[in-house]
Formats: sequence, structure tokens, C-alpha cells
Amino acid sequence: MIETIDEVQSKLADNRYIGDRALATSIFLALKIQKPLFIEGEAGVGKTEAAKVMADVLGARLIRLQCYEGIDLAHAAYEWNYPRQLLHIRLLGESADRRAAEREIFSAEFLLRRPLLDAIDNRDLVPPVLLIDEIDRSDEEFEAFLLELLSDFQISIPELGTIRAERPPFVVITSNRTREVHDALKRRCLYHWIDYPDLEKEIAIVEARVPEATDGLARQVAGLVHGLRDMDLYKLPGVAETLDWARSLAALGAKGVDEALVEATLGAALKYQEDLERARTQIPELVVRARGA
Amino acid sequence: MEPRTAPTLLPRLAGFARLLHDAGLDAGPGRLKDATQALNHVDIALEDDFRETLRCVFVSRREELPLFDAAFDIYWAPPDPRVMAGQVPMRGRSLPLDPERAKAWLKVLGSPQSPLPRENEETPASSSGYSAQELLRVKNFDQMSWEESEQVRRLLAQSPWRLAERRTRRLAAARSGRVDLRRTARQAVRSSGELVWLLHRQPRVRRRPLVLLCDVSGSMERYSRQLLIFAHAVARREDVETFVFSTRLTRITRLLRRRELDRALDAVSKQVHDFSGGTRIGEALHEFNRKWARRVLGHGAVVIVVSDGWDRGDVGLLESELERLRRSAHRLIWLNPLLGSEGYEPVTRGMSAALPHVDDFLAAHNVVALDELGRHLAALDSRRSRR
Repeated sequence: MIETIDEVQSKLADNRYIGDRALATSIFLALKIQKPLFIEGEAGVGKTEAAKVMADVLGARLIRLQCYEGIDLAHAAYEWNYPRQLLHIRLLGESADRRAAEREIFSAEFLLRRPLLDAIDNRDLVPPVLLIDEIDRSDEEFEAFLLELLSDFQISIPELGTIRAERPPFVVITSNRTREVHDALKRRCLYHWIDYPDLEKEIAIVEARVPEATDGLARQVAGLVHGLRDMDLYKLPGVAETLDWARSLAALGAKGVDEALVEATLGAALKYQEDLERARTQIPELVVRARGA
Repeated sequence: MEPRTAPTLLPRLAGFARLLHDAGLDAGPGRLKDATQALNHVDIALEDDFRETLRCVFVSRREELPLFDAAFDIYWAPPDPRVMAGQVPMRGRSLPLDPERAKAWLKVLGSPQSPLPRENEETPASSSGYSAQELLRVKNFDQMSWEESEQVRRLLAQSPWRLAERRTRRLAAARSGRVDLRRTARQAVRSSGELVWLLHRQPRVRRRPLVLLCDVSGSMERYSRQLLIFAHAVARREDVETFVFSTRLTRITRLLRRRELDRALDAVSKQVHDFSGGTRIGEALHEFNRKWARRVLGHGAVVIVVSDGWDRGDVGLLESELERLRRSAHRLIWLNPLLGSEGYEPVTRGMSAALPHVDDFLAAHNVVALDELGRHLAALDSRRSRR
């Protein structure tokens, strides 16, 4: 069991996740007072990764629920196995007692378990990590459903009753803030905002994640990305883009950056045509700045 | 720093929660309980950990982070050792509070001079760095005609103010459509496994979110009041985001939520500093596209820009930002109050540049025109317009 904030931080680092002390504190507290952790931040700053790494740190199973518009109970929590139910009733024949038959087919045996039920009704030795990813993609109805799950770690199934977690999972919810998530849901969570890392931290992240990038390359790629983040772009590159860029450059055998290399690989960092055009006009300045980083 | 030992901590913490509450954060008893619980697990002598613990409990959106930090610094600030008895401790951070509450807090925190700027003391133009030509005038909404507001309200009650609808991916019971296995199976149980009825479900239909971008610059002066009444009436519906712009963009969604029209408009005139200033539509749209589009244009939103197209900014920028906005919205509608006036041709530089990039170009000079808009929105196809 983890006992201090330092321990969280060092174990994250052991798993090649470079996070600051504030994040480690939030994770530590979420574990201690058994509250879900709500992580917000721009795309690609390492929100999902934090949950994945925590599963490794705790030695727990990672249960991931990717949200999308229209996600409902049948996809997220449970569904009855209707074909089996129908077959079963046919087998019982017409003489069977209807009430008894109904009880029988609405039992755990006929239940299809989806991620949320799996996480609540777990038999794991170490409680699993439940990652509810990109909750901002789901709709309000789904948020409302999550309220019960998050405050009491239980799911109510009308036909079966309430299933309560004996060992509550460690819940991490992420959001890219494409819309505001309801306050009622946030109130049940601890909140943490992940910002873009500063230059030194980003270099450390590249070094930890892309070992094939030599020391000089990691520094220069981080410098390039920081240069881009100071520009007026629609979509600023996240850490995920920094890592992609470092991998691309390393794959080309680059030991450092120059204008031609940046021109050829800029697509690893920027994904909008307007952004690419704007950045292309600034390549010489970006390279000069990156070399000085 | 005052010793934060356990017995004295709880009342201090409760005081801090009250300060956060006054600053607009959600700091109810539930959160206070979480905070005390969380503090049992950290070394509160370490200021950073203490701060982060309270932060992850009390903050629930990014915008609240600076408010929290300011409140934390004000409340838990160590008395400056250089300060002699009777002098004022320096508290550099500012926190927007209701004037009455601010005075009360000053008493509690023992600082005779005003470290907490009051809401109605507007900061002078020089400090916020926007253009000198911008006229910092707070419009007076006192002469609001009662009939005007009633008229708009009546209109919205009658008109087909149904916004364009969209099909969601969520299904609801229906007479036809896909087979609903869940209900069909339950039905079949009653008939011993025989499928007597097939029950169906169909995608549910929902209204599209609406985003209003209102020009309140000088040339629009005659119309801004009515437009705000209009915006207030529309905003009573959920899923409406409202912004005003002249040289800058201000989000007024939350301000318009106040029920009473007068109070809502009063709040708007206090918050928006550039009423009747110049217009830079391109810049305003740019700011919208960068800061807000991703957050408010989800779920196929309809965007309405209300402006006369008098633009003093960069026309190229206006065109590219409009084009971008159109690509991320379901439909982009431009309302022009001048369009209704006799002999008007959209020849202003901004307007003629904007025209090719909008889906609809409609009038908005009077209540009849707004009624027309209501009909238009109701008739919008649920699919994306062909472009």
C-alpha cells in the first residue's frame, strides 16, 4: 500500500511517467479517501496515460471505458443476454411457472457484464483501476447514471437489485473539456488540471519515453514544441505530439534538428492545415530557438 | 505561519470554505468534509501539499484555479515579519467579491485597506492593454421600455421557436424502427418464449445547441439593447451560449441566466467593458474559434452572428475565421439589422467579405424579422446543409 506522496511520485517515475508533485498529491488523496479522480487538460498532456501507469504502479487490472456520444447502460454497465433468455424459456416449455421462469432468466447467469459492472463487481485481489476516458464525449443522461456509481460505488439493476463494490475500484475520469461536465458529477470527485509541462520536464518526459532519441535530440524537440506553443495556433501540440515527433526524428536517424528535417516532419506535431502553413513560415526561427534550448 | 494544529484547523478551514464560497466556488459542507478527511493523510506543514490538497477538493474547473490561489494566498498568508504592529500586512492578490462581502472579509482578515478590489470598481483601460480608441462606456439600460421586452417575450412564446433538431445516437421506444430486444424479450417471457410482438426503438431527436455571437459595437448601438433582450429570452432555454463582442469577446451566458431581465442586463453592462466601441469582427471570431469553439460547438450547434458587418479590422482574417467557424458549426447564420432597411445593399467591406462564407443571411431589425428567424430555425433540415 502506498503511504506517502513521495512514494506515488517515485513510482510514477519508475514507470516512466514524469508528473509533478501536485498530480502525485491528487492521486495519493484519491487513493486514501477513496474518491474518483477527475483529470482535465488539453488533448495529449498525459491524462489517460496517468491512469494506465497507476494500474501498473498498483499492480491492478485496468478496466477502460471509452466514452462516445450515445453511450448507454447496455454498453457501459450491463445488458441481458436476450437470445439465451428466449431459448431458456422455450426449453422450460409452456407448463413452466411464469414467475419462477422470470426469476430464473433475470439472474446473474444471463447478465452480460460491461466495464462498469466489471469494475464494481470485481473479485480481484487488488481493486482494479477504472478509467472512464473522455467523459466529455458522452451525453448528460450518461453523466446522471454515473452519479450513483461514483458516490456509492454501486450499480442498481432493476431485476437483480443493487450491486455494491466490496473493494471499490480506483476511478480516474478524464475530460478534454470539449464541453462542461455537470457540477454534480465533479462534486463527487477530486479535481486535477494537467497543464503543458515546462521545458525541463518535457525533456525528461522525452528521455524517459523515447530512449532512442539522443540527449541532444530530446532537448531540441522539446524546444521546437515550446516554440510552437508560443505561436497563435488552433491546436497546440501536446506531449503526445512531442513524443511522436521525437520518435519520427529518431527513426530518421537525426541527432539534432535542422530546417529540412523540421519541414519534413512537422506533421507529427501539427494536425491542421492552417497551423502547418503558419508554422512553415517560422521554421528558421523555431530551429534557432530549439538549438538554444 | 499560524500553526495549523488539528483542534484549531477545522474552524479556520470552515472560514476558508466560506471565503471560497463568496468568491463563487462550490464549497459546501460536503467538500469541507472531504477536505478535513484528505488533510488527515498529508503533512500540512508542507505548504505545497497543503495547498494542493485543498485545491483538488475545492476546485472543479480550470477557471477556478486562479480564484482558488488568490483566496489561498489571502487567507493563509503568513503575517509579514517586517510589518510592525498596527501596520497593514501586504496581500498582493485580488479576488472578485461582492462589495458587501468584501468589507466583511476585510474585517475578519484584519486588513484596513482594500486588498480585495470590489466588483464595481472597474479597472482603468490602461492596465488591461486594449486599444485606446475603445470607448469604455457602460451603457445604461435603465430606460428599457417595458413594452419592448414584453413584446419579445410574447413573440418567443408564440413563434415556432423550436430549433433545428438532430437525431442523437440514443434510442427510445417507438412504433417503428429497429427491434428493441430488451422489451421484446421481456414481452416474450409472458408468452412462454413466443415472440408475439416485436417492439421497436428509434433514435431520439434533440434540439441543437445554439451559439449567439452579438455585435455590440458603436454602429450597432441602436440595436444592442433589443438584441440583448432577445438573447435573454432565448437563453432561458438550456443549451444556449451567448457572447458579445466589439473589440473583444465576452461570454455572457452565465450572466443572462438571471431570471429577471433588468438584473441580467445590469450584470451584462457591468461585465462588458467595450459597449459601443469599435468593431473587429475578425479578431473576435478568432478568439472564439481558439478559446471557445471546441467547448461550445459540440453536438452539431447552430451559430448565429448578429452584426451589421461594419468592420475596422483585417478583412482577410474575418474571411478565414468565418470559414473556419462554418466548418465547425452545423449551420452558420448571419443576422443583419440593416438588411431590413430600405435600399440596403450589403456593400460594407466586412459584410461583402463575409457573405460567401455564411449559410444564411437574414434580417434582424425588428420583432417581425426575429419571428422570421424563429421559423427559419425550426425549418432547418436535421442534416448538414449542402455547401
